[in-house]
Amino acid sequence: MTVTVDPAEVAKFEAMSAEWWDPNGKFKPLHMLNPCRLDYITTQIAGEYDRDLTQPEPFKGLSIVDIGCGGGLLCEPMARLGATVVGVDAAERNIPVAMTHAEQSGLQIDYRNTTAEAVAAGGERFDVVLNMEVVEHVADPLAYLTACRELLKPGGLHICSTINRNPKSFAMAIVGAEYVMRWLPKGTHEWNKFITPDELYDLMRQAGLDPVDRKGFVFNPISWKWSLSDKDLSVNYVTAALNR
Amino acid sequence: MDSDLIIIGGGLNGPALALAAAQAGLSALVIDALPVSTREAGDFDGRGYALALSSKRMLEGLGLWQGLAENAQAMKEIKVSDGRVGEAEVFLGLHFDSAEIEEGPMGYMVEDRYLRRALLAAMDAESRITHRAGETVIAQETGPSGASVTLASGEVLTCRLIVGADGRQSGTCARAGIKRTGWGYGQTALVCAIAHELPHGGVAHQLFLPPGPLAILPLTGNRSSIVWSETDAQARAINALSDEKYLEILRPRFGDFLGEISLAGGRYTYPLNLTLANAFVAERVALVGDAAHGMHPIAGQGLNAGLRDVAALAHVISHAVRRGEDFASPQVLGRYQSWRRWDTASLAAATDVFNRLFSNDNPLLRVGRDIGMALVGKAPGLRRSFIREAAGLTGELPDLMRL
Repeated sequence: MTVTVDPAEVAKFEAMSAEWWDPNGKFKPLHMLNPCRLDYITTQIAGEYDRDLTQPEPFKGLSIVDIGCGGGLLCEPMARLGATVVGVDAAERNIPVAMTHAEQSGLQIDYRNTTAEAVAAGGERFDVVLNMEVVEHVADPLAYLTACRELLKPGGLHICSTINRNPKSFAMAIVGAEYVMRWLPKGTHEWNKFITPDELYDLMRQAGLDPVDRKGFVFNPISWKWSLSDKDLSVNYVTAALNR
Repeated sequence: MDSDLIIIGGGLNGPALALAAAQAGLSALVIDALPVSTREAGDFDGRGYALALSSKRMLEGLGLWQGLAENAQAMKEIKVSDGRVGEAEVFLGLHFDSAEIEEGPMGYMVEDRYLRRALLAAMDAESRITHRAGETVIAQETGPSGASVTLASGEVLTCRLIVGADGRQSGTCARAGIKRTGWGYGQTALVCAIAHELPHGGVAHQLFLPPGPLAILPLTGNRSSIVWSETDAQARAINALSDEKYLEILRPRFGDFLGEISLAGGRYTYPLNLTLANAFVAERVALVGDAAHGMHPIAGQGLNAGLRDVAALAHVISHAVRRGEDFASPQVLGRYQSWRRWDTASLAAATDVFNRLFSNDNPLLRVGRDIGMALVGKAPGLRRSFIREAAGLTGELPDLMRL
């Protein structure tokens, strides 16, 4: 389904995209995490496809689909690095918001109001699937991961981040982020839907994916920054897997 | 877009940033109000800079140091003393020797003329840099997707990011609607170079005199650069004197430890003030160097702090580019500001307090600071941390300042 922005609504979408992209606004936690997510994603893609990140448009010729693209916080960087990008979001209101911002940024991105399953059923195949902070929200993770795998060309790269399930992640991601810091609206996450890294590896294998790497996203409350950790996957973590 | 960056100001920080940006693959357009002939003037004009070790590393990273090394004087030691004009200096053991740290000399003295010419030549040689000299910016505009500046000629140039490297009275800062905080010190710095009979041995001296601090910084050969602060009225009176009378005033302050002294270049005066921009960034605008923070030269940290801004901004921008981020977005500029604003504000505050503490003849303060210096002098750990601070090796180092 192709979506076009109604000119009468442009002002509204501009305001909403400004909100999505305000580093101190509603999506502040995502903006804080974003450099760390991008560091992981770009390093994995560059490694898998042998690209040099110091060169202009290193991802030229690669096709990337971002599931749950929101305002385009990952799609825009990928497009800027030269990739051909499709952004998919099941929330209809995000699509014109993301389109408006991409236009402001002078970037060509194909945003669609649909689901991973629907795109996969349509037969399109990509070099990279970005599946960031989505799997903890879906009803059937295995069916969803299977659709993500189907979206990949043979040997394609699947990057998936989510939240671990343990007392610490409950304290940090729900009590801390939703109730204390108010970074996220209450009810954003249901703790019992969180997935441990081993469970995710199992699910990915069942979906036909071959896990190759996992790292933690660790928040340092002193420097107020996120960084990647080889060891600490206790709360937020990210994985890379290949379509066998 | 005419260029990724438009850098307003062609002094030292502006060209350094242009080179750093070019290294990261970005194009930069440097707009300088002064003509090239002024910038490349070759005679020694008496001005020099104390480059901290971190700044030297950065110039190495930018490929400039090789051409500067033969005209750079290593600063191996710093001696700090308290004194009164005409009296023998009271040396209280506050002696920083770079032999105490593994990284080498804590800094280098480089004459302004060599730095200016090295930067001009490097800009010329870099195809990603366009240098527009003798042009003035009269307006700037910014929006969510880009920025532009208007030259006095009416020409409009577009970019992604405007950088203000245009000094204490930064027009870029004012046009961005950023207010400044600060005050004058009622002091003026007298700056000159002197030739002396005896070798300085690479030792820098910081002598605290009641009217204001006197710094003696070793240049190549038997020459030193002098930065000497006096009250405004006194400085005006001294500067109006003939060279011979000027030296007569300087001699009792300087002392005779380097033998007979004479002037080795022009004489300059700089009114001293503290001026901090209330923000270092605005929409698609970043400020570096004195445009962000003009401070007291007491610790010789003005250019070093500016180069550190440049290195930090270049670091933040180049990492953003590699991640595919919009390098001039509020997210990215916010990282630069949070990195540099606290550092520079605390440095500015420290120089301010130091100056107040030392620029007077209050007997109680004299005793207090003498005891303080003696204590620092006797504590090796504290002493080493001062040396590392002077060398610019503390805090989070930007890529360009790492080995």
